[in-house]
Amino acid sequence: MDLRESLEPRGRLQVDGNVALLDATGLHYRELNALMRRLSAEGVENVELHNVNGQRYIGTGLKRPMNIIVRGTPGNDLGMFINGQRIFVYGNAQDGCGNTMNDGLIVVHGSVGDVAGYAMRGGRIFVRDDAGFRLGIHMKEYGGKKPIIVVGGGAGDFLGEYMAGGLILVLGLKEEKNECVHSPKFVGVGMHGGVIYMRGCTIHAGKNVLVEGVEDEDLKLIRSLVEDYFNHFNLDLRVNDFISDEFVKVTPSTSRPYMGLYR
Amino acid sequence: MDWASRKNKFSSSNTLARQPANPQKIGTQCRGHHRRTRRSPDEITMFQHKDQRTASRICEKSISSCALFGLINLERRRVTCNEALRAISCMSERGNGLGAGFAGYGIYPHFTDAYALHVMYLDDKAKRKVEKVLMRDFQVLLGEEIPTRRARSTLHAPAFWRYFLEPARSKLQEEEASPDEYVVSRVMKINGEVEGAYILSSGKDVGVFKGVGFPRDLAEFFRLEEYRGYMWICHARFPTNTVGWWGGAHPFNLLDLSVAHNGELSSYDVNRRYLEMWGYKCVMHTDSEVISYALDLLLRRHAIPMDLALAVLAPPYWDEIDSMKCEDRDLLTALRRVYGELAMIGPFSIIAARHGEMIGFVDRKKLRPLVGGVRGEFFYLSSEESAIRLISPTLDNVVRPRAGEAVIARCEAPRAVAMLSTLNQKEV
Repeated sequence: MDLRESLEPRGRLQVDGNVALLDATGLHYRELNALMRRLSAEGVENVELHNVNGQRYIGTGLKRPMNIIVRGTPGNDLGMFINGQRIFVYGNAQDGCGNTMNDGLIVVHGSVGDVAGYAMRGGRIFVRDDAGFRLGIHMKEYGGKKPIIVVGGGAGDFLGEYMAGGLILVLGLKEEKNECVHSPKFVGVGMHGGVIYMRGCTIHAGKNVLVEGVEDEDLKLIRSLVEDYFNHFNLDLRVNDFISDEFVKVTPSTSRPYMGLYR
Repeated sequence: MDWASRKNKFSSSNTLARQPANPQKIGTQCRGHHRRTRRSPDEITMFQHKDQRTASRICEKSISSCALFGLINLERRRVTCNEALRAISCMSERGNGLGAGFAGYGIYPHFTDAYALHVMYLDDKAKRKVEKVLMRDFQVLLGEEIPTRRARSTLHAPAFWRYFLEPARSKLQEEEASPDEYVVSRVMKINGEVEGAYILSSGKDVGVFKGVGFPRDLAEFFRLEEYRGYMWICHARFPTNTVGWWGGAHPFNLLDLSVAHNGELSSYDVNRRYLEMWGYKCVMHTDSEVISYALDLLLRRHAIPMDLALAVLAPPYWDEIDSMKCEDRDLLTALRRVYGELAMIGPFSIIAARHGEMIGFVDRKKLRPLVGGVRGEFFYLSSEESAIRLISPTLDNVVRPRAGEAVIARCEAPRAVAMLSTLNQKEV
């Protein structure tokens, strides 16, 4: 008897048209993801997962678009390689969230662990609270594909390390008991493309990056992303409270930071 | 089929013949009456004389993605390791069955004042030699084989004995050593000189149970459901550069200090040489061993406060030190000068425990994960948040130590969970 036949009679899996509800208690990530791929192949486009706890690679390997709601604590590499799927997490995500994602959306109603958006190639990640270390490490853009990460709270050190493209916006919104949450060090170390916007913090930047104030054009972009952020998390729109001199913009000073290093 | 014939069948099967280096095969001698008299050539290479082994070290470093989990009851209420076991098993992807272990605190309430020695024997000769030393230097209150049962992956387990000891009073006075120092000198002597004997733990009211297998196998093997402790440290190992053998599993212990480590110490040899100058013998073939000796040296022998000890293991960068105020700068500079060879270079997250406190800390670049959670009188530390959520779905507080930062939970008044960075402590 396969997993689906064993789960359905017990009410742990309910499929109605293109909507499915699944209780993930105790499922191994291979079982869970195989089931999701099967549901996707059968035309299911909306899945709500309950009691997720530690299962890795959720959303990976799906061939068709899908909206996935995750309740619980998803495991490492949530949404790895996803290509257009949309994942909404009600809880904290662990390390490697959005690893090498190509397209789609990940919205985390909580915090993410280290290396979120690792080598991200497209799509968007919105994080309501804080991000761990190495947010957006080696994210990149090409042609029309430009990955974007928006973090409401603070970010850890090595933000945008080796960044080659895309955009990271860190808002530093949360009133933190622990104020050092939003003072990342080594921002943009090895960065050679893309842009990082940060609000309300002193910048300890890597070498080879420029730290400047923002222009009107940047502010327009920031406003639209902040609007998206507030919409995703149903927060009161306070976009206009954002004033331009609160933001700094970090860009690479050269596209080849290590050129000549070994001469 | 009885146990003995099943074992013979395994020993003669082709599967094992094709894998002569199977580390699980070590020390099948001395398990009750099932004794193997011959060792495979690979075993002999690996377990030849200890001094030769030091000369041609088979393992200098280890890269791993291990799982760590620690649980402490701040009221010192004793619990079984069942929840800790469930939690560490939730991270099964992080281990590969080549090592797992547990350190339990408060597990020997009938012998709280005696040093509990857990000893692993690879053969009977080693046991005779060790017991001779123990009878000579200690008053042995009790010596017994640690109760075990057969479990998956533990077919070829070595023998485990435990001894509850008090230092012989006359000898102690003669040497003018503190009891702790006296015990440590014997532990190092036995570990360094008696072939085939390894002391796995040596603290009061503490015991380390470890070996080759997944955490569940080892808990089954050591009948851990029969113990209760107020603190449990667990580890599931994924060795990649060093051999997965019974002594190489974590936690590593000396007196009441236990350490479980995820990561790799590139500085292992520098650390080891430095510690050898202070009389420590590194015999477990695993880099993580030096952390427990380094902490013992700093915290116990040199009486350095915890935050500064951590600043030795994960030192602040020089430019951070330069930006400190004058006296702090001088202090940190002195620390780096004196203890430069104890800096642990490489990625790590570490759970260290002593009686009444549990500490989690990460390297200064934060290259390995560590999450803490507070729920009532319990404090948890884990490689992954999901493991904590499995046993405590709601948490009062989630803490994530930053680079070079520690989170520390103490039972003693003032009972607290605090974030500890160099010269700075903040309650959470």
